[in-house]
Amino acid sequence: MTATARKAQPASEAKPLTEPVMTTATVVALPKPMRSTFRPQAILAAAARNIVPPLVVVLIILGVWQIACSHPGASLPAPSQIWTDSADLITSPFFNNGPQDIGLAWRVLISLERVAIGFGLAAFVGVILGAVVGQSVWAMRGLDPIFQVLRTVPPLAWLPLSLAAFRDSNPSAIFVIFITSIWPVIINTAVGVRNIPDDYRNIARVLRLNQLEFFFRIMVPAAAPYIFTGLRIGVGLSWLAIVAAEMLTGGVGIGFFIWDAWNSSRLSDIIVALVYIGVTGFILDKLVAFVGTIVTRSN
Amino acid sequence: MTSYLKIDHIDKSFERGGVRTDVLKDVSLTIEKGEFVSIIGHSGCGKSTLLNLIAGLTRVTSGAILLGNTEVNAPGPERAVVFQNHSLLPWLTVYENVNLAVSKVFAGKKSKTEKHDWVMNNLDLVQMAHAKDKRPAEISGGMKQRVGIARALAMEPKILLLDEPFGALDALTRAHLQDAVMEIHARLGNTMIMITHDVDEAVLLSDRIVMMTNGPAARIGEVLDVPIPRPRDRIALSADRTYLKSREAVLKFLYERHRFVEAAE
Ligand SMILES: Nc1ncnc2c1ncn2[C@@H]1O[C@H](COP(=O)(O)OP(=O)(O)O)[C@@H](O)[C@H]1O
Ligand SMILES: [Mg+2]
Repeated sequence: MTATARKAQPASEAKPLTEPVMTTATVVALPKPMRSTFRPQAILAAAARNIVPPLVVVLIILGVWQIACSHPGASLPAPSQIWTDSADLITSPFFNNGPQDIGLAWRVLISLERVAIGFGLAAFVGVILGAVVGQSVWAMRGLDPIFQVLRTVPPLAWLPLSLAAFRDSNPSAIFVIFITSIWPVIINTAVGVRNIPDDYRNIARVLRLNQLEFFFRIMVPAAAPYIFTGLRIGVGLSWLAIVAAEMLTGGVGIGFFIWDAWNSSRLSDIIVALVYIGVTGFILDKLVAFVGTIVTRSN
Repeated sequence: MTSYLKIDHIDKSFERGGVRTDVLKDVSLTIEKGEFVSIIGHSGCGKSTLLNLIAGLTRVTSGAILLGNTEVNAPGPERAVVFQNHSLLPWLTVYENVNLAVSKVFAGKKSKTEKHDWVMNNLDLVQMAHAKDKRPAEISGGMKQRVGIARALAMEPKILLLDEPFGALDALTRAHLQDAVMEIHARLGNTMIMITHDVDEAVLLSDRIVMMTNGPAARIGEVLDVPIPRPRDRIALSADRTYLKSREAVLKFLYERHRFVEAAE
């Protein structure tokens, strides 16, 4: 299931990411008239258009959920029950009452730190490997099938090997993130590098750019839309992987919190944690997409 | 004889999937310093291939190309190319596109302000200084081609190679750019080789017109001198005897003796 979901992503993600890049180019050309037409009403209207519909849907879901689960003996807690059980987790994300009793925002941050290390490494190594693979026909022929196989391995399948190799849960979790998120970065970068028009390569050759200059001046900017597609898929996979890995490796991250809550039958806490995870994943995705549009614009 | 560029009995063939196609066969040509030479021929005959060989972007199969006294076997900024479809880097501004060439070619030879002045100087030359902060997507096709020419000129090349530089432009823009190129040629006296399939363009701009036969295994069919004094004015020339005779000679070559056969490609 993960395999097909990931397989579908590169193709469908390619467009949404490249399109904002194109449109921002025209936005850059007209900064002044844009700013002068920004009226408070316009901003409010835009906010209403984008925020009101999802808000209504959420309210409806909460309402239905409340009705469905408020009879005695329901298997899941109703929203009102969650509020009475876990109000502290919802209202104060940053409390700190000792080692295993901290707010969910702290837990998310701890998980994010692992993601930052693992995904940062994956981005760095992935772009370089992708560039090599994309540049060389033989590297492509030799490595691409291997990458295509390895990328379908589910994140948690790497965990036992990783634990055996590192003998410690924290580096193992980071390695799982690395190995999960590196494939889309490599594959997308390689495709981007292969698609660099011959004309750009010819310019580099006429100017006698060296390898390093070619990498930074031509290859990275030309492949940037592809690279960011890969990074965006990769960061999503990282977040999937860390929560799963933490459920098994322990620690204080958000993943272990869910496992811990399950063991002590705190279903309300789990539901609150799920909301945190979803919102964080959403923000991560938007963040990488945002950085992508900024970088591909200014480069 | 000490000619500037010497193309000496070159052959070029491509091999693809075990199938060998001879594109150029025994092509020889010498070009003097400061000369403007056009290469004309039907589509697919091997004009771009010849230009890429001079640029060093592809290697000759046999024979040799000499610029000055050195053999051409790799691309370099002394043989700057203006590509058919401008090929500016879309993520750089007009200024940055030219500056990429200047900062590479003159690294360690010019100071920072000298480099800046040299970029602006070349943008001025093609009348594009006003758009220096625009990106390629924000300027017209003719403007892009101007910037492409500025980038090539900024390398201070020994020889400027233009591959159908105005092929994709409308007639009016094309005329403007032809005038601009003539003016630059008069002012700087560069050696230029231009590929075209437009007879009027060839006659208007060139000192000599190299006419190529159809491929495969194309050769130089004929070389025509165009002894029209410079500066040349397109309106005055439209009734000039030499102009009309040159034009007729090229047309005859292309459409009587070497008719384009569609099935050949
Ligand atoms: N890299 C290549 N590999 C194989 N064949 C090529 C290659 N480049 C050009 N050709 C062939 O050489 C011939 C001449 O091409 P080209 O020089 O582009 O023609 P022109 O510029 O005169 O239109 C064409 O038949 C083309 O298919
Ligand atoms: Mg051509």
